[in-house]
Amino acid sequence: MAEGKFLLEIVTPHGLVFSEEVEEVTANGSEGEFGVLPEHVPFVTTLKVGMLTCRTGNQTVIFFVSWSYCGIGPRGMLILADSAERSDEIDVERAKAAMKRAEERLKKAEEIDFKRAETALERAVTRIQIAEIKRIK
Amino acid sequence: MVAAAKFRKAQQRMFELRPYAERMSEGLSRLAANLEAEIHPLLAVRPRKNVEVLVITSDRGLCGAFNTNILKAGAKHVADLKSDGFNVSISSVGRKAKDYFKRRSVELRNSWTGISGKISYANAQEIAADIIESYTNETVDEVIIVYNEFKSVIAQKVVVARLLPLAPIEAATPDTLPVFNFIYEPSKEEIFSSLVPKNVEIQIFRALLESQASEEAARMSAMENATKSANEMISKLSLQYNKARQASITKELMDIVGGVEAMKG
Repeated sequence: MAEGKFLLEIVTPHGLVFSEEVEEVTANGSEGEFGVLPEHVPFVTTLKVGMLTCRTGNQTVIFFVSWSYCGIGPRGMLILADSAERSDEIDVERAKAAMKRAEERLKKAEEIDFKRAETALERAVTRIQIAEIKRIK
Repeated sequence: MVAAAKFRKAQQRMFELRPYAERMSEGLSRLAANLEAEIHPLLAVRPRKNVEVLVITSDRGLCGAFNTNILKAGAKHVADLKSDGFNVSISSVGRKAKDYFKRRSVELRNSWTGISGKISYANAQEIAADIIESYTNETVDEVIIVYNEFKSVIAQKVVVARLLPLAPIEAATPDTLPVFNFIYEPSKEEIFSSLVPKNVEIQIFRALLESQASEEAARMSAMENATKSANEMISKLSLQYNKARQASITKELMDIVGGVEAMKG
C-alpha cells in the first residue's frame, strides 16, 4: 500500500462500487460525521443514509450511500451498503419519481408502510441533494 | 436459446452479489475472532449433537448431473455425520431434493419448493429465519449447507460449507495476527444483532444464486449435448433409411428387369 493512503471499498449486493486507494474519507456515521485518515484505529459502525466523500491528492469523489455497515481495519475501510452510487451516476429522474411515490404513500399514512415510505423518501431526497452538489461544482 | 438467456441473467446476479457476500463473511469472521460468544445467540458454539444439513437443488430436471451430484454429496455427508454419532436433520430447497428424500423415506425437517428460476431476497430471508430460529432455540447446534458453486459454464463444484455457528477464519488466530480491539459505535450488541442474521441471509441468498447459475449452465450444456446427439442420431438414421430405400429400389428394378428378360425369352 502506498504511503499515506489506504484502501476504500464500497460494496453492495449489486456489485463492487468502488475499490481504490484514497488519502481521506468523510462519512456520515450513526453517531455523527467522522473523518478517516490512514492508520485509523480499528473501528466498526453503521452509516446513515447520506454522503460519503473521499479525497486522493486534489481529487474528490462524492458518493451516495444508503444505510450500511462500515468497518475500518488494518487493511483499509470497508463499506457494506444496501445501495451506493457515485454522485455523477445518480439517476435523478428515478430519485424524483421515488420521492413522489414516497410522498403519496406518506399522505395516505398507512401504518404498515409508514416507516418504509419514510426511509424511501429520505433516500430519494439525499440522492437528489448529492447529485446537485456535483452539478454546482 | 432460452437456456442461454436465462443463464446469462442468473450469472450476472450471482457475480454482482459475490463480492458483497465474500467481504461480509470475511469481515464478520475477523470480528468474531476477538469477540465473546455471548454477544449474539448465533455466535454461540455449543457441543455438536444435532446437525442440520440444508441441501439446495433445482425444481426442474433436464439439467444433466446437476441434481444427482448435489444429492449424492448431500446424502454422503448425512451418512458420514450419522456414522459419527450425530443426530442429523435435513431441510431442502427445490423439488428434486424433496422427491429424492421422499423416495428414500427420509423425513425432511423443512423444505422449500417453487422458487428456482425466480429467486428473490425474500426467499433467502424466509429460509434464514427458519434456520436462525431452530439454531436459537437449540434444536440444532450446527448448520451445514450443500450447494453447487458456479465455476464455469461447463463446471460446477459441489460445496459443503458450515453456515452456523459462525467460525472465525483460521488465519485470524491471535498467534498469527495481532489482536485488534475494535471500537464499536453505537455498541457491539447493536451492530451484531443486525449484522449476524443479515450475514446468514446473504450467505443463503448467495448459495441460492450460485445454485441457480450452475443449474442454468448445466441445463444449457445438457440441452446442447442433447441437440448434438439428436443430430447425430438423425444423420445415422437417415443414412440407414436411405440405404434401405435404395436396397428396395434395387430389388424392385431387378425384379422388373428379370421379368422383361423372361418375357423376351
